[in-house]
Amino acid sequence: MSNQDFPLIFERSKEGRVSFNLPDIDVPEVDLEAELTDDYVRQEAPDLPEVSELDIIRHYTGLSNRNYGVDSGFYPLGSCTMKYNPKINEDVARLEGFTHIHPYQDPKTVQGALEMMYDLQESLKEITGMAGVSLQSAAGAHGEWTGLMMIRAFHEANGDFHRTKVIVPDSAHGTNPASATVAGFEAVTVKSNEKGLVDLEDLKRVVGEDTAALMLTNPNTLGLFETEILEMAEIVHEAGGKLYYDGANLNAIMGYARPGDMGFDVVHLNLHKTFTGPHGGGGPGSGPVGVSAELEPFLPKPLIIKQDDFYTFEYDRPKSIGRVKPYYGNFGINLRAYTYIRTMGGEGLKKVSEYAVLNANYMMRKLEKAYDLPYPQHCKHEFVLSGRRQKKLGVRTLDIAKRLLDFGYHPPTIYFPLNVEEALMVEPTETESKETLDGFIETMLTIAKEAEENPEIVQEAPHNTVVKRMDETTAARKPILRYYKG
Amino acid sequence: MDFRYLPMTETDKKEMLDTIGVSSTDELFSDIPEKVRLKQDLNLKTPTSEHELKKELVQMANKNYNVKEYTSFLGAGVYDHFIPSVVDHVISRSEFYTAYTPYQPEISQGELQAIFEFQTMISELTGMPVANSSMYDGGTSLAEAVNLSAGQTRKKKVLVSRAIHPESQAVIETYGKGQNLEIVYIDHVNGRTNLEQLASELDENTASVVVQYPNFFGQIEPLAELRALLDEQPKAMFIVSSNPLALGYLTPPGKFGADIVVGDTQVFGIPAQFGGPHCGYFATTEKLMRKVPGRLVGQTKDENGLRGFVLTLQAREQHIRRDKATSNICSNQALNALASAVAMSSIGKHGIRKMSELNMQKARYAKRKLVEAGLEVVAEGSFFNEIVVKLPVSVSVANDQLLEKGFIGGYDLSTYYPELEGHMLVAVTEIRTKDDIDAFVKELGDIHE
Repeated sequence: MSNQDFPLIFERSKEGRVSFNLPDIDVPEVDLEAELTDDYVRQEAPDLPEVSELDIIRHYTGLSNRNYGVDSGFYPLGSCTMKYNPKINEDVARLEGFTHIHPYQDPKTVQGALEMMYDLQESLKEITGMAGVSLQSAAGAHGEWTGLMMIRAFHEANGDFHRTKVIVPDSAHGTNPASATVAGFEAVTVKSNEKGLVDLEDLKRVVGEDTAALMLTNPNTLGLFETEILEMAEIVHEAGGKLYYDGANLNAIMGYARPGDMGFDVVHLNLHKTFTGPHGGGGPGSGPVGVSAELEPFLPKPLIIKQDDFYTFEYDRPKSIGRVKPYYGNFGINLRAYTYIRTMGGEGLKKVSEYAVLNANYMMRKLEKAYDLPYPQHCKHEFVLSGRRQKKLGVRTLDIAKRLLDFGYHPPTIYFPLNVEEALMVEPTETESKETLDGFIETMLTIAKEAEENPEIVQEAPHNTVVKRMDETTAARKPILRYYKG
Repeated sequence: MDFRYLPMTETDKKEMLDTIGVSSTDELFSDIPEKVRLKQDLNLKTPTSEHELKKELVQMANKNYNVKEYTSFLGAGVYDHFIPSVVDHVISRSEFYTAYTPYQPEISQGELQAIFEFQTMISELTGMPVANSSMYDGGTSLAEAVNLSAGQTRKKKVLVSRAIHPESQAVIETYGKGQNLEIVYIDHVNGRTNLEQLASELDENTASVVVQYPNFFGQIEPLAELRALLDEQPKAMFIVSSNPLALGYLTPPGKFGADIVVGDTQVFGIPAQFGGPHCGYFATTEKLMRKVPGRLVGQTKDENGLRGFVLTLQAREQHIRRDKATSNICSNQALNALASAVAMSSIGKHGIRKMSELNMQKARYAKRKLVEAGLEVVAEGSFFNEIVVKLPVSVSVANDQLLEKGFIGGYDLSTYYPELEGHMLVAVTEIRTKDDIDAFVKELGDIHE
């Protein structure tokens, strides 16, 4: 632990220091300032750092030591699927034939890239049971919005302009209602029942002629499988609405069930969750969308197609919603997902879900002794505990999360979903060993005991991180969003 | 097949099943209705060993013609710039790339501080006081800016220059449809936005005016004149999409009173990688700070008074505000922002001007040579590092011939601009040598009908 601020790269700057060797100018120079009028010649240099190459390496190495990734330790962050990021993925994504190709090269010069994208489209179709897939969306929320725009285009193509509402469960991730708004819909909420599942009676109440779609994760954000999915699909379809599958939780059911077979019309996947794209500290992700045959004409363009043995782009798609992103999606992340799928195959992906679910249930049964478990049935790949028992002792879920930091763990997701008091959402993933799970379980039981016997140690946590709890209130009230010299 | 990412042994599995109180993992899936349970195996390619798969992917990569083996003059929004070695070494540190969004600041100070520094660099380059932590790319960042302008002004009409990146135009249209926006395109004359047409369309219903600086044709739009026009309708917002490398030499849009400046930092340390992941930036005024889409990192102190960083102003964001959020964005391009921050640190305060100038000098040399070779260079105004050349044949014919000589030629402008049949957009970056340019011009000059 240090009692000094870690310097900013700007504070390491010294005038005249450089770490970049530009090639010497080898063409006759012209007078640029004479060509541009004064107005357009920058008068004040942007205050970028002036540092040596070693300064840079020390700076960012120091920063990386103040960060925590899956490679650092267990990261059971619910709904985020923080599984191991395979190293072969990183190696192949750095091959020059993939990194240094330009999106506007002639298709005949990028057959390898197009082949990979085509194969990935086909694989994702098989995994989800959908008829068509586009790789263009950059992340999960982007995929949600893309899917909703397709549903909107579908209704409008039928002359149906009055479907203005998108139904989301009260346990839904915040991006669901936000994506509905951005796509021009109004989000309406359907309640969960005492089992933690969508309340069919309430669904019947909110569904109607104005329903554009129901957005659902299955398993839901409580980690529970929506057992009445076929009934729900019928209710929504009967009313003329479409069923949207948020693929955030696909890691629970690969090879066991497919959204397409459950009646979903549109699906997005988070390749950075289920398919091992590294989260990168917040991105980049990749959020391909899959659709039923009925919605296939509305997919973003271009798609990748195979004609004889030639891979190319298909732009002639008159009903397409258009582009949702320049170029063809986050290719580098799609390539990592492809590599993962080729490593695992169908058999391996099914085992992934098997062990993800086994691990979650094992932890849940061990932890329910010390923490409240609002929904006692078998879970899928994650489960939600409630810290309300500890709250009565004056120890909040936030405190438990901070205390976990002292033991070297990344905490579970906290205070989400919103329909569980003092929620702790745990997703172990399939890549963790039993020893790792047991270590975490023991720590959680220790913290529960501390909450009873020595609550201060939990309330005042963390004790051994490089900084302690942050003053977030001042940060928001008087925002400092950049560095100014002096 | 053994699966090296799955550590459970049969013994582990048995012990765990006993703890749970079931006899098989199948029981844990018994809540999936029989009717939707998948009866057959997923029909995917057979799994492959690490060694074989690497071989397979190397072969796949080798089918692509890459811009390190071929000399490329292709740009049009994605550029081949030098990437210092330090960049990949930093972003390969797994504490960075295997981390999630920094929701736990005590163990995420590295990421948070790096992004705070990124925000500062973008703010410096654009001349705007506020910059966010990144967007998916320049195109979606621009579309978000347009949506913000409509929400803020409560107006639906947006004037979009046809001289902005055509795929950004397409993305604005898709995003705009969600918000029922009326997109009015302003044509280009001599490679720049038609100011007369813009003036006639600009009215009290206008939410914003969108231009690119330098624009898609490489031309430097007259932001001072645009600003003067916008002063007639002070409620309309001024949105500028900008190549941040050009801002090493050009006066930043902030100096011309832009309300929002967006763009892509691919030029700093991010390879083309077939169009993504790149990294959008989003910069704006203090007035719009609480309307910014995406994550913002702010500086604060911990309980002991140590400086630290947190995600802040989260009341704007989807996980708090849900359907009332300013945007639905959640994941962004953090690792690419980190790459760009490292590249910008490496290029530095003086390097950025030099690098920007080198691009301009080389592009001017190429222009002179093209004219000397008898080719017509259209768009006569001042430009950054791209030139529009009129060819006697179609661009695809020219590019086929160039490919045989080892060149990846420029962008075919007729793809999106039917009026520009036979016009090639040629990009010249700092890593193209005089010899590269001479050889390219010679080949291009030799192409006849």
